[in-house]
Amino acid sequence: MGMTQSQKILARHADLANVAAGDLIEAQLDLVLGNDVTGPPAIEVFRQTGAKRVFDPGRVLLTPSHFAPNKDIKSAEHCRRMRDFAAAEALEHYYELGEERAGIEHVIVPELGLAAPGDLIIGADSHTCTDGALAAFATGVGSTDLGCAMATGSTWFRVPEALAVELVGEPAPWITGKDVILELIRRIGVDGALYASLEFQGESVAALSMTDRLTICNMGIEAGAKNAIMPADQVALDWLKQHAPARYAAGDYVIEAADPDASYRRRVRIDLGALEPVVAWPSLPANGRSVSASAAENIAIGQVVIGSCTNGRYADLALAARLLRGRRVARGLRCLVIPGAQSVWNRLLADGLMQDFVAAGCIVSPPTCGPCLGGHMGVLAAGETCVSTTNRNFVGRMGHPESKVWLAGVPVAVASAVTGRLTGPVQAELDPAAFSELRAATAGAGREGSSPAAKGVQ
Amino acid sequence: MPRAHVYGDHVDTDVIIPARYLNTADPAELARHCMEDIDADFVKRVRPGDIVFAGENFGCGSSREHAPVALRASGVAAVVAASFARIFYRNALNVGLAILECPEMVGHVRMGDEVEVDPTTGRISNLTTGESWTARPFPAFIQGIIEQGGLIPYTKAKLATPDREAGHV
Repeated sequence: MGMTQSQKILARHADLANVAAGDLIEAQLDLVLGNDVTGPPAIEVFRQTGAKRVFDPGRVLLTPSHFAPNKDIKSAEHCRRMRDFAAAEALEHYYELGEERAGIEHVIVPELGLAAPGDLIIGADSHTCTDGALAAFATGVGSTDLGCAMATGSTWFRVPEALAVELVGEPAPWITGKDVILELIRRIGVDGALYASLEFQGESVAALSMTDRLTICNMGIEAGAKNAIMPADQVALDWLKQHAPARYAAGDYVIEAADPDASYRRRVRIDLGALEPVVAWPSLPANGRSVSASAAENIAIGQVVIGSCTNGRYADLALAARLLRGRRVARGLRCLVIPGAQSVWNRLLADGLMQDFVAAGCIVSPPTCGPCLGGHMGVLAAGETCVSTTNRNFVGRMGHPESKVWLAGVPVAVASAVTGRLTGPVQAELDPAAFSELRAATAGAGREGSSPAAKGVQ
Repeated sequence: MPRAHVYGDHVDTDVIIPARYLNTADPAELARHCMEDIDADFVKRVRPGDIVFAGENFGCGSSREHAPVALRASGVAAVVAASFARIFYRNALNVGLAILECPEMVGHVRMGDEVEVDPTTGRISNLTTGESWTARPFPAFIQGIIEQGGLIPYTKAKLATPDREAGHV
């Protein structure tokens, strides 16, 4: 029996020629990561293991992202413990707020070139599956798993079976990676990929930008997936070349593809040409409805959030800025823009796009997970409504249990921000030329016209 | 006698312990807010040794280990569910919260029923109705981690024999 792409990565890291779904293996890790919520308990576990040092100070990434900048004294204590540990262990990848390389883990790991095809990554954050966009096997764990892995550089895995997701067709107008993943979760449910890999395949993958791929893989966990993974194609290699030139030049990556006779638990086919922007209604990411059906409900919106590890990359925010240009945020609505990394923030400023946000009446925050998890910087009151480009809309996720969150991509978020209603880009008369132009500039290498300059927009 | 606290499918870690309380990792403090957003009376009702029952995908969402920690610290002796989200599954093993997978019991246990659960044998009994079931057994390797007392002893053993860090277990 052949192996899936994910199984091949696990097998190689376990020094095994073959693995099968259900096997329990011990495997070596290329990168382990955590944040200010999961990191401090992991540091305590690390101490309890009796380890003298972390297994490799260049392969442990900790970042203050969730309650940073510190929202209160307790958060400050957590951040300080992590900062002190990073200094004591001389961690290469700990970046202080404001540094160009700082930010939310799932935005900075790809940006810093710390994920490459064939890598095996665990992180004490469920959205670690994001890095599968680089054709790595990346999965979320808890603090104890992280603490032990910081000590040994290895962990155990139950080898997963997989679902094959075939993407076909030219994307319809206004379709982004967010719509692809919300559509998939709508179809298979929040446990549709439980314990399994989501392996993306098909003719349309090649045309997806790295930004769209990262958004898609990011929300694999919302279908219960252990990991989500894209092919190690030209887009992945171009990204690596740009973000990790030394690794690229040294050939320090491994291209794995599923065997032709690999078996899948289930096959799902999504025609990108038949999609309309998708909105996930409260209170599950699987409650997807088309934006036109959603708009017909005439829901008044009080807050819009554009950012997060799901949609806080440069191309996401450049699109938001362009669509907001010449428009105003609706009176009485707060539009929070949250670049996912300091590098994104700095680039928006340098490119003049920050001006579009300010002129439109948005508030731009420093990089933080903040409101996505109801932490700080935009928590919702009872009865408040929010359209958000984040990843979860569970009861109480962004604040009061009686607040409501609709998940959507950037075009729907901007449309809702300028109208004050849950609505789509067509209904809000956003500029379709701006969307097409940016999509063409960031399209995958599989498409003609992908230039080095255009790749810079990713 | 332990009582049952019964919930539906997809109980997520945001309702088990809302993120607004994640500025602490103190078990007792987390326990004070356990299940707050799905069952505001849970913390008042729960007694040491009680059992949580749920449907599919229990513990979905965030990787926060604070969720099984909060359940354990609030006195919950075990969680019985039709299935568990995979990060929660690992976290529960790691923090010593007993979990039992048993889809057969769904619909047969009601809030407040008197129940008995033996995590070692996997035996689950509803004393109120007289029904009982057996949970799916853990793989031998995972049973071994549980018997050793969690992942930390396992890791200590691994650190003592660094050659054994890859392959089947």
